[in-house]
Amino acid sequence: MEQLLQQIASGLASGAIYACVALALVMIFTATEHLNFAQGEMAMFSTYLCWQLLQWGLGFWTALAIAAGLSFIIGVLIERIILRPLQGASALSVVVVFIGLLAIFHSMAGAIWSHTIKTFPSPFPEVAFAGSGIIGAHQIGMVAVTILMLSALFAFFRFTTLGLAMRAAAQNPTSARLVGVNVDWMLALGWGLAAAIGAVAGAMVAPVVYLEPNMMSSILLYGFAGALVGGISSPGGAVFGGFLVGVLENLVAYFGNLTEKMFGVYIIGNGEKLSVALIIVITILTLKPAGLFGHVITKRV
Amino acid sequence: MSTPLQKTAIAAAQAVNDLMRKGAVAVEPAPAAPAATPAMDVATDAPAMRKRSRVLIPALLVLAAGSLVLFGGKGGLISDFQYLQLSLILVYAIAVLGLNMLTGFNGQISLGHGAFFALGAYTAAVMIEHYNLNYLATLPAAAVFCFIAGYLFGLPALRLEGHYLALATFALATAVPQILKYKHIEGLTGGVQGINLIKPEAPFKLALSSDQWMYLVVLAMAALMFWLARNLLDSRPGRAIMAIRDQPLAALTMGINTAHYKATTFGISALFVGIAGALHAIIFEYVSPDSYAFSLSVAILVGAVVGGIASLPGALIGGAFVQVIDKYADAATKQLTAMVHLPIDLEPWTIYGILLITLVYVMPSGVAGGLAQLKAKWKRR
Repeated sequence: MEQLLQQIASGLASGAIYACVALALVMIFTATEHLNFAQGEMAMFSTYLCWQLLQWGLGFWTALAIAAGLSFIIGVLIERIILRPLQGASALSVVVVFIGLLAIFHSMAGAIWSHTIKTFPSPFPEVAFAGSGIIGAHQIGMVAVTILMLSALFAFFRFTTLGLAMRAAAQNPTSARLVGVNVDWMLALGWGLAAAIGAVAGAMVAPVVYLEPNMMSSILLYGFAGALVGGISSPGGAVFGGFLVGVLENLVAYFGNLTEKMFGVYIIGNGEKLSVALIIVITILTLKPAGLFGHVITKRV
Repeated sequence: MSTPLQKTAIAAAQAVNDLMRKGAVAVEPAPAAPAATPAMDVATDAPAMRKRSRVLIPALLVLAAGSLVLFGGKGGLISDFQYLQLSLILVYAIAVLGLNMLTGFNGQISLGHGAFFALGAYTAAVMIEHYNLNYLATLPAAAVFCFIAGYLFGLPALRLEGHYLALATFALATAVPQILKYKHIEGLTGGVQGINLIKPEAPFKLALSSDQWMYLVVLAMAALMFWLARNLLDSRPGRAIMAIRDQPLAALTMGINTAHYKATTFGISALFVGIAGALHAIIFEYVSPDSYAFSLSVAILVGAVVGGIASLPGALIGGAFVQVIDKYADAATKQLTAMVHLPIDLEPWTIYGILLITLVYVMPSGVAGGLAQLKAKWKRR
């Protein structure tokens, strides 16, 4: 039983990361209807930036804030310079550009910081507390930071004029333009925010998975799965989906282990993590493309 | 006042008109397309070109095969290693051709064709290793397996379009190495270690090295596959496949079974890639899960985009690009780094990425499309 609780707790912790990535994906999707395949690599690159700042002797939170700020700028620049000219281009062109970005970020990180695995410090102290057998300090910290960031984002979108303008630009660009919202810049800001969220997610997960250029590849896939489960057009749904997928992933591994122990048959385990994500993605896409909370997209002919 | 039904009918009729108009001018690719709109293949559509290519292509084939007699052999101009490189170019060309059929001619994006490449390769390797089959017999088997796998994957993919399909195939590509390492099939696949094969010898006591012989086999297969692809696209089903890409709704109203065609095209595309995978396993003498990672799917897509997404000759250019980049990108990047005195060692993938993005802007119809446009411009002058 304790093991099960442990698995759920660590599922929630990794779910927090998937939720962040899913949210970043949804932010870009609602604004531009693009699925950003480079999101994971961008987050990985931001994490390296953070690591570099840490190496230069900055404190963890300062380093993270600067890295998030830099990522914000990178995100805005990418939207303004690379994606802006592609407005109205075919899906294939956009996908190809994303793959190009993925390749560039991946190899640049490898070139600048080498492919060797690096440890990444956790900002949370290793203290023992009631229930620390079930959930570690860093895991609680991950969840807390995620929830804090999500609340801040929610407040930003709900209570500030800029947030309102960004929502308007994403939902109805034409009308937003008519009431004086600079839609182009709102899209760029959306990209910047997504990149900054990615930076935080990366810095939170790096102490667990270690820092290396491939660290985000499976996380990105789970982020996609989470976004799809919740509904790719619903930010709240994406966050919920991220947590759900995180717990699901750990439970699958747990019950896989259990069946192996009880019946001696190996069906599924940690080695099949990505296959589980694949199955989730394809099942959701075929059975319920709008996800749990997304609105159904109707096509007018 | 019009009911929704009437509206639908009107829209459909307009779309049909659109399609017909498009069909009439399909040979002329839009010269200043802002993005990679799949341009019709100029070379295979014009009748004059076809007449010429009827002589040209067999001549080129004979030349390519004849090069063995002229340059091969001991101390020949072209070494065994170079023949292997040529074979690999052709293998990748077949794979790129397969993706072209799906993405270029049917409009379905796939980021996961490395999965079918892997399936083909493993089919060949497992059959040779465990069942002692002749390597040539594994090709049809790989074709059948990949067709079925592609068709089945194409079925749920029917409901997906554009970005969503890209996502589903992206998930497939990422999961492939893990699936290949699955514990219960380890007995067949050899797990992480993979399977080592031995390159087949030339039969009938021909005075050819095994690299030279396999070059001939691959050349013949490539010719066969390109011939099949051209004929398929030139036929009634081929026009249906392209109609679905251009005007899905109009194609449906004209009585084309869109679902059937889309899934079948997925299957055929996987079949091509699977054969390429099987040939690759045989000439490369080795399969392992990690050689079929996401980067392979990217390489095939890059080949298709660079060559020209809806072009048959483009597939050959794309295949060459994939192999050349794979082999020489390291050296080229090092030279480039030294040339511009960069403080860090660039990696090939950086160049890859920059090239891809530039291409989308500069030459949206790939190298083949770009050349065709240049030629058209030159003729008009």
